[in-house]
Amino acid sequence: MLKTLLREVRQYKWPALLTPVWTTAEVVLWIFIPYVTASIIDKGINAGDLRAVLRYGGIMLILAFLSLVFGFLAGRFAAYSSTGLAANLRLAMYRNIQRFSFSDIDKFSTAGLVTRMTTDVSSIQNAFQTLLRTSFRAPLNMVSALVMCFFIHRRLSLIFLVAMLVLAIFLTVLITRVAKLFKEILQKVDALNAVVQENVSAIRVVKAFVREHHEISKFDRAALSLFTMNVRAESLMALNHPVMNLVVNGCTIALSWYGAHFIVEGSLTTGQLTSLFSYIMTVLSGLMMLSMVFVQLTQSYASAVRIVEVIDEEPDMANPDEPVTVVPDGSIDFDHVYFSYTQGGDYALEDISLHIDAGETVGVIGGTGSGKSTLAALVARLYDVSEGSVRVGGRDVRAYDMKTLRWEVAMVLQKSTLFSGTILENLRWGRPDATYEECVEACRQACADEFIREMPDGYETLIDQGGTNVSGGQRQRLCIARALLKRPKVLVLDDSTSAVDTATDARIRETFAARIPGVTRLIISQRILSIKDADRIIVMDNGRVSGFDTHENLLRTNAIYREIYEMQTSGGEGDFDGR
Amino acid sequence: MAPGFQPRGDRPRGGATLKDLKGATTVWRLFRYVFRHYKVRIGIVLLCILVTSVTSLASSLFTRTLIDDYITPMLSRPTGLFAGVGAGPDYGPLALALVRLGAILLAGIVAGYLSNFLMIQVGQGTMRKLREDLFRHMQDLPLRYFDNHAHGDIMSVYTNDVDTLRQVIGSSIPNLVKSLATIIATFLSMVVLSLPLTLVSIVMAWLMFKTTTSLGKLSKKYFVERQRNLGLVNGFIEEMVTGQKVVKVYCHEDEAVAAFEKLNEQLRSSVDNANKIGNIIMPVNSNISNFAYVLLAVVGAVLAMGASGTLGVGSAAGWTAWYLGGLNGAMLTLGTLVSFLTLQRNFTRPVTQISNEINSIVMASAGTDRLYALLDEAIEPDAGVVTLVNAAPSPAPNVGDDLVEVPQRTGLWAWKTPSGALKRLEGLVSLSDVDFGYVPGKQVLYDINLTAYPGQKIAFVGGTGAGKTTITNLINRFYEIQDGRITYDGFDVASIAKESLRRSLGMVLQETHLFSGTVLDNIRYGRLDATDEECRAAARLVCADPFIRRLPNGYDTVLSADGGNLSQGERQLLAIARAAVADPPVLILDEATSSIDTRTERLIQQGMDSLMKGRTTFVIAHRLSTVRNADYIMVLDHGRIIERGKHWELLEQRGKYYELFTGNQIVG
Repeated sequence: MLKTLLREVRQYKWPALLTPVWTTAEVVLWIFIPYVTASIIDKGINAGDLRAVLRYGGIMLILAFLSLVFGFLAGRFAAYSSTGLAANLRLAMYRNIQRFSFSDIDKFSTAGLVTRMTTDVSSIQNAFQTLLRTSFRAPLNMVSALVMCFFIHRRLSLIFLVAMLVLAIFLTVLITRVAKLFKEILQKVDALNAVVQENVSAIRVVKAFVREHHEISKFDRAALSLFTMNVRAESLMALNHPVMNLVVNGCTIALSWYGAHFIVEGSLTTGQLTSLFSYIMTVLSGLMMLSMVFVQLTQSYASAVRIVEVIDEEPDMANPDEPVTVVPDGSIDFDHVYFSYTQGGDYALEDISLHIDAGETVGVIGGTGSGKSTLAALVARLYDVSEGSVRVGGRDVRAYDMKTLRWEVAMVLQKSTLFSGTILENLRWGRPDATYEECVEACRQACADEFIREMPDGYETLIDQGGTNVSGGQRQRLCIARALLKRPKVLVLDDSTSAVDTATDARIRETFAARIPGVTRLIISQRILSIKDADRIIVMDNGRVSGFDTHENLLRTNAIYREIYEMQTSGGEGDFDGR
Repeated sequence: MAPGFQPRGDRPRGGATLKDLKGATTVWRLFRYVFRHYKVRIGIVLLCILVTSVTSLASSLFTRTLIDDYITPMLSRPTGLFAGVGAGPDYGPLALALVRLGAILLAGIVAGYLSNFLMIQVGQGTMRKLREDLFRHMQDLPLRYFDNHAHGDIMSVYTNDVDTLRQVIGSSIPNLVKSLATIIATFLSMVVLSLPLTLVSIVMAWLMFKTTTSLGKLSKKYFVERQRNLGLVNGFIEEMVTGQKVVKVYCHEDEAVAAFEKLNEQLRSSVDNANKIGNIIMPVNSNISNFAYVLLAVVGAVLAMGASGTLGVGSAAGWTAWYLGGLNGAMLTLGTLVSFLTLQRNFTRPVTQISNEINSIVMASAGTDRLYALLDEAIEPDAGVVTLVNAAPSPAPNVGDDLVEVPQRTGLWAWKTPSGALKRLEGLVSLSDVDFGYVPGKQVLYDINLTAYPGQKIAFVGGTGAGKTTITNLINRFYEIQDGRITYDGFDVASIAKESLRRSLGMVLQETHLFSGTVLDNIRYGRLDATDEECRAAARLVCADPFIRRLPNGYDTVLSADGGNLSQGERQLLAIARAAVADPPVLILDEATSSIDTRTERLIQQGMDSLMKGRTTFVIAHRLSTVRNADYIMVLDHGRIIERGKHWELLEQRGKYYELFTGNQIVG
């Protein structure tokens, strides 16, 4: 895991490696300052030598200035490399997401991917910066201050060693405790978020059933347990300060006592004693800083795991070694196809075998969960079959270059998604170099031209994020037009006219028949009217093909089809329109 | 704005950051909120901080006492060093002083921990209170709010924005107080020690404060840019990852990466710029502090030596030094100088801290702004006074009313007016001349007139965006009408308390939402006091029982947050069962069976019929079976009712209904 993260440091490797160098320089200089201070007092003031005061003051200023320069460089390089790492991590994740197959996307969920690319990355960025700056500085500070102490007075320095040992033991115990609590806090945060999320998305249900108080008490419970947990963790963390102070003050008193003795004995000067006083803080706060680094690292560990999961995810679908880049025609074959969304899970499709001629129009009908969409998705190789094979133009879909295949097999997904930008820009996803006229022509075929022209800016109208400023039916028609611009050999419509009213739906089918006759069309629908005029109709039932024939024949031979037909037409139930 | 928290020292030149601080009004509002709720604890904390400041001052002053009062006297007695062992110096007073110091320091430690401990409770408690306030307030917001705000945005108020408060409450307040206390205490003791040296210190402290705040101001520009770019990148990721399947289908991966690379680099460089400045502040400050130290050492040395007459530089300077040193009425001793140098550190550290805290408060205001924006959002208007109560036939029918209010469910409902009069709930709903638009200037419903008599089934049909769902959303006052009147058993719906109104209307919505919990919990959401058996009966009524039994744990199966393991149709069945257990007097079914396949729908038809029996029901559907036997069918088109009548009447009209139903366009 660490390897993956470190690999993404890439072009920021040198700044990252140099940071500790600057830090070292800064610390070493910083460490000398109290020593010089001691000289000011001892050799200058005590000796009544103003020149010495000025000399050592000058040295101190130079040291301080240099340490400023190095401190600045260290901060600069650390910030530069950590923001660089963050940018690289985002890009690496985004690049890999582009390689994801549909099943990979399903696995991570959109919301999950977004959090990983935002919150988790900034947590790693902060942790990396702290790591670069502090993890070297703190021990260095500690060690060099300790060395200086030994240099000044060996026996007095033993006090420091004892203090360090006590503090180190205490901090270790504290950190392990706190780290455990932090994990629990994260779970409580998740629980709280879940309540808010459910509430916000189901606010209509909440209001309709007047369950505001019920929801509030649910939330209050979650807030209370988060509060309790946080207070526990922070109170534990807060022990840090009194213990630290206890040790520091203990050291001060011990230093005062023994220091006085040594001064009287003559083995220590007053200046040196003041230096030792300032080294106490350096040594012990170094230890404290180090413990904070550990805490931050444990906190960001979860984020690191989640980021690496995305970067290291091997897409379960790859281009073949020698990909075929030409799809000869639009014929489709299923040869004993079995398919399951999860490995070893229940089959969503079982033993499907069928042949569709190039240029044929085929309807697909069946109940919810009968496998209609799954069947269509396999044609564009959005998922790989579990067993058997799917062939387009006579060749296994796995033999094609994936881009070629998806270019030739135009798929209009059930969920119609548009992107922010003008209508024209959205259409050109279908073909980047399409002229204005070609776009208009595609919209005519999809019966979208008329409503686009009614809009204030026509084809230049801006679509909001998520396409919320056009109605569901309009969105679907734009998606169809976008797919037509690909000039595909196979067109798959996955319930793509469900929100289009019946009359317009009929007109779209008519233009298809007249304007794009050679294209194989696979039309999935819940509505019998949308598919009854197709050349042939596949009736899906529980993941199996229950019938595959013309409308007339199916009415005679297929019970399921007959039932659906009767329910939806005059005798039984009809569909008025989509939602 | 409370005058107490308004920084008054808003001088034109030094006030750039202070002005920003004033701009951060929501942060002050938050502080007021904290003080209001935690007066006592904040008081104790302030006291504790005072104690710790004094004790830490005592410990830094001790260096002087140690050197001047204990060590130097011992040194001046040559006995300890040269007169041989045995007649050593008297360490007794020193020991006593150290014990005294220890006691003072211990008091400081105790006070310090106490204040930390209390501040944790204050900080976390405020966060909890604010979260609860937010949630409570959110429950009262009109649906319009949820329509206009992305869910992710609302969520981030609870997480990101409340989290920024932890910093502000938990550390900014105590640090500011502590720093101020330290500055004042240190300042006083510095004045006592030496006035001239204090003047030098003040100049240096002012320099540091200026540097930090002006650097902070400089970085604010970059921080704004950073937030903007962060928003852009987040927006891009959100949109593109949501549409990732389309990206794949259109082989748009390379373009997507290229666009992302550009935004990503923009973000990186603005974050880098923002950090650049932030990183300078600390080293610059510590350098100024070092400079001040040297300056003080030199000036101090001049003064000390001038005073003791051992000056080797020049008598004029010595005289000046002697004069200045004498101003305090005491000579500048070596111990005083050393103590002063220590104090200097104590003085500059809080100055840096204060300026840093000011910067962080300004940054945090972005979070508190968003938080208070949600808290200040206007809540749903509810001036209703008529309430819904359970009723039973009066035992003494000869008294004016024939109903009495009872606490338990009787299946009989009544409206209770403020005067206490009861009126039986019948289910007569009437709309007259209703106009409505979600946004001003974009009307979606025009002159809607209709009356549903008790027990009738009214169906709405029409194309997308015709306004079917909107009408039902007006009856339960999810949205407020612009013009016209909606009455319910003769009461204007605006005069009925919202809670009562909605309790009387059972709704099954187009999109089903399940809550994490068991199947039984989800059904019981309809009526919280329903028994297990009542929930099961409701499930049986709507034919949800068979599939629930097939679930791994039957009715006790725990559903994941959004019912992921159930099919859309099964979720709709649960939603219908939920409405059935609620047993409301009036029902609204909005595409309640749209995802249930036609065969299952036939099975549940009987259950649905018995559910609707005797209740006024509004139905929205695009399936004929649901609509056909309605007492009245309203055909909507572009916000107007264009046809109304029974199924066969409408078919005979050969109008829009006929067109929708047959899929054939009427020629001519």
